[in-house]
Amino acid sequence: MQSAWDAQGHSAEVLKHLMLGIIGVCTLIWLLVVLMLFAALVKRRGQAPLQGEHAERKTRLVVYLSVAVTTIIVAGLTLASFFATRDLVVGRDMDLTVRIKGQQWWWQVTYEGSSFGPRFQTANELHIPVGRNVRLELESIDVIHSFWVPSLAGKQDMIPGRMNVLTLRAERPGVYRGQCAEFCGLQHSHMALMVVAQDDDQYRRWAQAQALDAAVPDDTEVQAGRAVFMRKPCAACHTVRGTEAQGSSGPDLTHVGGRRTIAAGLLETTRGSLAAWTADPQTLKPGTNMPIVPLTSEELQQVSAYMETLK
Amino acid sequence: MKSRIVLDVSKLPLHGMGNASLTWWGTCAFMLIEGSGFALAIAVYFYLMSMAPEWPINAPAPDLWAGTWLTILLVASVIPNILVSSWAGKSDLRKVRIGLVVMSLMGILPLALRIFEFPALHILWDQNAYGSITWVLLGLHTTHILTDLIDTLVLACLMFSKHADNPRRYGDVEDNALYWNFVVVAWLPIYACIYWVPRL
Amino acid sequence: MTGVDRISPDVLDLDLQDAEVERHLSRTWGTSPGFWGAIATVDHKVIARRYIATAFVFLILGGLLALAMRLQLARPESRLIDPDRYNQIFTMHGTNMMFLFAVPVMGAMAIYLVPLMVGTRNVAFPRLNAFSYWIFLIGGSLLWLSFALDAAPDVGWFAYVPLSGPQYSPGKRTDLWAQMITFTEVSALAIAIEVVVTVFKQRAPGMSLDRIPVLVWAMVVMSFQVIMAMPSIMFASTTLILDRLVGTQFYNPAEGGDALLWQHLFWFFGHPEVYIIFLPAVGMVSSMLPTFVGRPIFGYLALVMALITTGILSFGLWVHHMFVVGLPRMGESFFTASSMAIAVPAGIQIFCWLATLWLGRPVFRVPLLFIIGFIVTFVMGGMTGVMVASVPFDTQVHDTYFVVAHFHYVLVGGAVFPLLGAIYYWFPKMTGRMMSETLGRWAFGLIFVGFHLTFFPMHILGLQGMPRRIYTYQPELPWSGLNLFISISSLILALGFLVFFVDVLRSWRHGLPAGPNPWGASTLEWATPSPPPPYNFLRIPVVQDRNPLRPEDKELPVAAGLRVDRRELLVTSVVEALPEARESSPQNSIWPFWAALATSFMLVWSIFSPWAVVWGAIPVAVALIAWFWPKGTPEDEA
Ligand code: HEA
Ligand code: HEA
Ligand code: HEC
Ligand code: CUA
Ligand SMILES: [Cu+2]
Repeated sequence: MQSAWDAQGHSAEVLKHLMLGIIGVCTLIWLLVVLMLFAALVKRRGQAPLQGEHAERKTRLVVYLSVAVTTIIVAGLTLASFFATRDLVVGRDMDLTVRIKGQQWWWQVTYEGSSFGPRFQTANELHIPVGRNVRLELESIDVIHSFWVPSLAGKQDMIPGRMNVLTLRAERPGVYRGQCAEFCGLQHSHMALMVVAQDDDQYRRWAQAQALDAAVPDDTEVQAGRAVFMRKPCAACHTVRGTEAQGSSGPDLTHVGGRRTIAAGLLETTRGSLAAWTADPQTLKPGTNMPIVPLTSEELQQVSAYMETLK
Repeated sequence: MKSRIVLDVSKLPLHGMGNASLTWWGTCAFMLIEGSGFALAIAVYFYLMSMAPEWPINAPAPDLWAGTWLTILLVASVIPNILVSSWAGKSDLRKVRIGLVVMSLMGILPLALRIFEFPALHILWDQNAYGSITWVLLGLHTTHILTDLIDTLVLACLMFSKHADNPRRYGDVEDNALYWNFVVVAWLPIYACIYWVPRL
Repeated sequence: MTGVDRISPDVLDLDLQDAEVERHLSRTWGTSPGFWGAIATVDHKVIARRYIATAFVFLILGGLLALAMRLQLARPESRLIDPDRYNQIFTMHGTNMMFLFAVPVMGAMAIYLVPLMVGTRNVAFPRLNAFSYWIFLIGGSLLWLSFALDAAPDVGWFAYVPLSGPQYSPGKRTDLWAQMITFTEVSALAIAIEVVVTVFKQRAPGMSLDRIPVLVWAMVVMSFQVIMAMPSIMFASTTLILDRLVGTQFYNPAEGGDALLWQHLFWFFGHPEVYIIFLPAVGMVSSMLPTFVGRPIFGYLALVMALITTGILSFGLWVHHMFVVGLPRMGESFFTASSMAIAVPAGIQIFCWLATLWLGRPVFRVPLLFIIGFIVTFVMGGMTGVMVASVPFDTQVHDTYFVVAHFHYVLVGGAVFPLLGAIYYWFPKMTGRMMSETLGRWAFGLIFVGFHLTFFPMHILGLQGMPRRIYTYQPELPWSGLNLFISISSLILALGFLVFFVDVLRSWRHGLPAGPNPWGASTLEWATPSPPPPYNFLRIPVVQDRNPLRPEDKELPVAAGLRVDRRELLVTSVVEALPEARESSPQNSIWPFWAALATSFMLVWSIFSPWAVVWGAIPVAVALIAWFWPKGTPEDEA
């Protein structure tokens, strides 16, 4: 699920082949060296050291040869890397552009408008159409993070004050886990991200739905939950489109109930986990930037019911 | 193991001068460290410049007069400095004493001028990266003047004391002179960076 | 020179019997008894022994931290250690191992061995040497004190900004880290200067450049690397403190600073740093190997050239730690090529050792076992190094356990294995007693097996996507099994180290007496008793060959004509080591200690206020002046 060997994207496949090749060559060299070492160790056990110009000369020749071969091999590996890097390029045409901003400790994901759908924002889950070139514009708001979904491509850092670009192309539909790779503070361990690769139609449908405002509740408990959400500090940090909640320091919650996980891969999204998270984020993810907001158990029930409906 | 004497070194001098002296090599190693430091600071200056859309960032170029006078002074100080060194080489105590007093002054004067250099930058260290690196360059060099000045002052005192007339001391004077030359030479690229690069 | 008549009343060793020379020299070079005598000593052997012991204490402490990490990572979602503590622990582990163990221990071996191997009586600048140790001790203790107070740095051993900057690391933790760096840099620079000047100017007469032992060459190259690389980290850590304390903007992108500037500066030092650790270790291998195969090293010149080439090349590789920061493609290709190129000098050394083994007759004593373990392990680490040197490859494994595996293979396999071998080898010289062959074999076996069981699986974890520096991972990820395995294996490794330390402590008191040359080795340090007297050599040896001690020789050619009533040693020319002068060597002095205290006081204070640099400099200056002011002893004359 999160492995360089489980290659499901164009880049990851190129990289996998390169890696297999290099590992193969290097393993072979290592075996040869160890073989030579043991040959040297057993050969002269109990015998006097080899003397004489002749033995020296023969050995010297072997050493020269080995050094020459080393030079050729490392030159070869350098070239192989160079060509692999060229193969990573999937062409100039991008079907979709997504801007991802890393922050402590979650991902803000903004889709640019394209033929696949309008512009909208979400968090911690990236959907991409299979077989399409997706341009990721990687940025950071606070410290350095690194965007890495091993099954799809190699990693790329997200550095404040700079923008890096990475192209993803998933070859097969599926859900691929990724994780922040650059140490970014207390919750670096819990900064995961799901990439969902779907075919064009499914992707379009998903994108259209995401661009919509949040559903308006008709259930009374959910309505109450919505009121709590707006009354309490939640709205100051989170956006729920179509409501007065316009905060931006936390993830956009407009469709949080439809995401697979919450809090950057920490928990599967269920009503229970939403309640647990809202009740005490600091125990589940110590140090997270979401504070404990005191709620009665009734309010908690209502708020989590509300969020569950935000699909 | 038994030993067999094959070499008699009793006729050797008790202190080597020039590159036979350990302290000379120590001074050189020290200059290599400091030189690497200066080179690096200058590299950082250009790195930051290459990152910036404009240079200097939000500031006029520094005023020239203080820095330029200081440069002239430093370059001029090389002459008495070389003289002191050669007098020390000849173990001429009287001239060395005079020379060290002169060189002490030659260390104090630039420090006085330096006080005017900081305001001439027209920027503070905490305003932006340009301000930071110029202040650090200037500060770094100032500490070098200062340390060499203290070294010169202590040496001057030493040369007026009973420990003075001694090849080891003359060697120290030579090393000190060598170091001062280094401080002067290191200043030139820094001067160019601080005062002229922003005018390019 | 007027020298001849001036010195005539003084006592020269020419006219004295050996026993009398010994009596005089012991008095002149000795360390006075008592506490203050111990503090004031400038004997390089005493200082180096302290240095080595202290560094090994830091190894134990750092190793215990590693065990703590392994305990935490043994199970998914383990709650034994909270994230804040864990971050402190891995930062301390990395910082401690690199700055307080690996670099200092190599420097310490240099100040113990270099003067003995080049046949002189003390390092150049012995007081600087004492100063260096005190600074190191105080800096290291401070760091551990902060850990004990739960206030240790928590930003990783390379402390990337902006995470380590004023905004995201409030408090004093990072300042402590940065200042501790300054302590260790100062001490390393001091050693570097001493080593370079000792080797350039104090070699025994006749030890021309092509007769210098390979280990000494390695130490010289290492010292030059220190001299050229350390200013970079000094600049970096100072500017970081300035950013944090007085608001400079070096690393703030909003005001024209740059986050990557830190990475360039850090790795411009950090990459040479790993060879600062590695080159002394390979030097040790080259110097030990001949003893255990009964023939001189194969390819002396090639080995020396390989050391120098590695030293130079190491300044052109730093960007390979930054392959995923988004630099221009052309630049990356260059750094791939240069990183790969370093495999050539590494290969040359490996092949020369193999040739030496091939031509010689191996005697399987403990140091040779460690050398064999080193070759097997280091070549593997080198191979993974070549892998991560490939930019595309690295994009998949950077910042994962694959890299953790790589650097432990090269650090532990490539540097600690030779070091342990070297301890077995030179322990008799340092203490006069042999270490145990039996315990040594156990230690080697446990460490070797434990090491590979611990670190090999980390390659797989990395490829399976496990990032480094995570305090925990979720149960649904496929990493639990291997992590548990690693954690258990690390206990075998720890047991191996325990056996080693037990052996050291036991042999110190009860080891068999060693005699001057227990291994039948051919370098000069074995020409003097074990442990060496304070003056090292009764008379300075004269070198006529690359292997000055040959078993067939009965006598050691020496020089005479030095004074015995003052500390005096020979200064020789750089290339041919022709005698140039009889130089005095400074007396013991308490002032380096006070200077170190004053410097430490200033450095720690400067974390809190910039004015510390102004007021704190005064006691430093006073101590330094007292240090250098002539005391009218015979050493001050000339
Ligand atoms: C003793 C320390 C040491 C040594 C010797 C090395 C040796 C090498 N290292 Fe390593 N390295 C570290 C310590 C060391 N390293 C550390 C501490 C880090 C991580 C820091 C951190 O992030 O915390 C690191 C990280 C690191 C990276 C960055 C990885 C990343 O962060 O993603 C890279 C990338 O290029 C690299 C490359 C190399 C190379 C090419 C060598 C070469 O020198 C290896 C050369 C040796 C051989 C190749 C074997 C012998 C040769 C032969 C038998 C000849 C035949 C060989 C061939 C034909 C290939 N190292
Ligand atoms: C020379 C350097 C060195 C050495 C020797 C080691 C040794 C070890 N290291 Fe470490 N390591 C680093 C340098 C080193 N390391 C660096 C630079 C990092 C990166 C840090 C960062 O990311 O910032 C790192 C990171 C690192 C990590 C990754 C942490 C993370 O990313 O979250 C791990 C995880 O397993 C680890 C494990 C180990 C282990 C098990 C050992 C073992 O080999 C330790 C074995 C030793 C012992 C266990 C001690 C034995 C002592 C006793 C048993 C007591 C005896 C007592 C008496 C005699 C009184 N190290
Ligand atoms: C001070 C700002 C702040 C307040 C107030 C706040 N949050 Fe959050 N919230 C955050 C941040 C920051 C995160 C991301 C945390 C992380 O993943 O580390 C977050 C994450 C979440 C998530 C998971 C979102 C996802 O996509 O993974 C939910 C659900 C949530 N908050 C609900 C609430 C509710 C309900 C309230 C009020 C009771 C609330 N938040 C109050 C800042 C806040
Ligand atoms: Cu974000 Cu690690
Ligand atoms: Cu490196």
